[in-house]
Amino acid sequence: MEEKKELDMQSEEIQETTAALSVDTPVEDSETPLDKNVKLMSPTRMLLRRFFRSKLSLIGLIMLAALVVFCWLGPVVYTRWGETETDRVGVADFDEEIIITENGEEYIQLIITENDINKLAPPSWDHLLGTDEKGLDILTRLMYGGQLSLTVSFSAVFLTSLLGIVLGGVAGYYGGVVDNIIMRICDMLMCLPTLPLMLIIGTVLDANGVPQEYYIYLLMGLLSLFSWTGMARLVRGQILFLREQEYMVAAEAMGYSTPRRIFKHLLPNVLPQIIVSMTMSLGSMILYESTLSYLGLGVRVPYASWGTMIEIISKDLSIFQNNFNVWGPPGICIVIAVLGFNFIGDGLRDALDPKQRR
Amino acid sequence: MFKYILKRIGVSLLILLGVSFILYALLRCLPTSFVDLKIEAFMSNMGEAVTQEFKDQLYKTYGLDGTIVEGYFGWLGNVCRLEFGNSFVNQRPVLAEIFNANRLGTSFFFAAISTVFEFLLAIPLGVTAARHQYSIRDYAVTVFVLIGISLPSFFFGQLLKDLFANKLGWFPVSGMFDPSYSYTGWDAIVDYLRHMFLPVLTVVVLSIGGRMRMTRTNMLEVLNSDYIRTARAKGLKENKVVYKHAFRNTMIPLVTSLAGLIPGLFSGAMITESVFDIEGIGKYALTAMQQADIPVIMTYNMFLAFLSVMGVLMSDLMYGIVDPRVKLE
Repeated sequence: MEEKKELDMQSEEIQETTAALSVDTPVEDSETPLDKNVKLMSPTRMLLRRFFRSKLSLIGLIMLAALVVFCWLGPVVYTRWGETETDRVGVADFDEEIIITENGEEYIQLIITENDINKLAPPSWDHLLGTDEKGLDILTRLMYGGQLSLTVSFSAVFLTSLLGIVLGGVAGYYGGVVDNIIMRICDMLMCLPTLPLMLIIGTVLDANGVPQEYYIYLLMGLLSLFSWTGMARLVRGQILFLREQEYMVAAEAMGYSTPRRIFKHLLPNVLPQIIVSMTMSLGSMILYESTLSYLGLGVRVPYASWGTMIEIISKDLSIFQNNFNVWGPPGICIVIAVLGFNFIGDGLRDALDPKQRR
Repeated sequence: MFKYILKRIGVSLLILLGVSFILYALLRCLPTSFVDLKIEAFMSNMGEAVTQEFKDQLYKTYGLDGTIVEGYFGWLGNVCRLEFGNSFVNQRPVLAEIFNANRLGTSFFFAAISTVFEFLLAIPLGVTAARHQYSIRDYAVTVFVLIGISLPSFFFGQLLKDLFANKLGWFPVSGMFDPSYSYTGWDAIVDYLRHMFLPVLTVVVLSIGGRMRMTRTNMLEVLNSDYIRTARAKGLKENKVVYKHAFRNTMIPLVTSLAGLIPGLFSGAMITESVFDIEGIGKYALTAMQQADIPVIMTYNMFLAFLSVMGVLMSDLMYGIVDPRVKLE
């Protein structure tokens, strides 16, 4: 009984400190008891409040939600054109040229070019953002490209983090030889420059004739094998620090099993940093994917990705100079996506930082 | 201290060995028929016929004929004799190609100018953002630098090029100097600066974010510490507190990060250089990678790995020098 009471008192104390932290405006009404004036908040709610306190994180969430709706719901609503459907409406184009012959007669020469595909069309009702050099509708490709870019980045970050958490966790928890080996591998992988590495892997996959549908997934999957180092170092550092804390000694003294100690007591405390780091790396993954596609080593035509849609300007100067509607929108989409993730990551970091008092 | 440095150099060598093996194994995953095809394509461009002996000889030089392990040790042996082989593309020695003073110098100056501007802008921005935390100024700076981080380099570079070079015509579209004039003296410098403006702007906007966020975090941490409260309690002027007491300690991580800049200074900016047609090492390496020029790829990446190992080592040493609280064991 005595113990129970003490525990109760303790939890009351905790509630009080939590409450004291979340007082909004001190109410100067001495009649009502204190606990009526103060809202009690769970840590999750406090976290959410701190997260939404920054307008930037809200904007980031909205930006990403809008993009997700656009990419996944868009093709359902806007079914006019398919991802790889060429607009085969013939278009005639003519150039006028005035030719003056030697004896002073003037002729007007009309050069009529007939295209069987409607390529590089300006924005119109038929094609809200126009068409690209192959007569494909840009708006539709933006949606499908977004699906691909976002899915690829999500899976790559997921895989990378999984590897990083497991390896970093093992290194930090067991220490000694295991730690030494994993960390030296980390050092090696960190010396490999990312972009060149991706180019090499891309060339290797290309030369080995990987089918187009799986190409980008395989590429990003292989990349995860090389890019888990950041996450592993972060998790290892945190676990090294937490391992020495009193509550971990207590957990050991209670005789808990190793998996329970790792997954129930250590990981939840590392989770905030992991989430922040994952959000930030989602943004950089999208950038890497688009850079690769821009260099012609990512997603290939006929499949769309935002990077692939910009790639054309590195080959065709006239499209770069005259058709902003071909390469502008995908670039803007990339910026919105990456910025959204960065805003959220920044907001989360502020909200999860225990040193922050505000 | 001396012993520590020696030990670190030993570890660095081991790391480099590991890195070279990973790279070598990766490159060996290229099917030989693909390599054959590449060699033939290059040779026919040069107007020479490819004989089987020539191919065999190339294979032997790069150790592409045996197993991966055999080949690796062959390559390592060559490296120890400082033989890095010849480029597939133009048959010149790889070392001379990569350490071409012109190429490396171009990239170095480009990176150096960008880095200077990056520091000049990022540090004051970070300090103001930290001093006025959660103010409009803080938000404005944060939004600006986050947009910078979020821009894909190729897109932003092309956008600037389209706007300022094509549409407005304020700056030259690409290249490093105007080929139609041969400027001398002062004019040449002005011409060079005009050509460098857009590329430098691209790199600075893209890279300013990381450094500014770092300055801001450090500054906030220092501003919340006890000795700053003491300084304020003494009644010192706010400017003196910030710039004399706080800022100096903020500089510690910044100074150590200087050593980490070494790889970036010499590696070249691949994408930006190719967008703006700057004949630097980054553009050269990018082309080599797209052409699967194996000897160049191998040497360039080893060079980068060497630089980053050096960078890490140097920044650890710098940390010990700058911050007396840190002891190197």
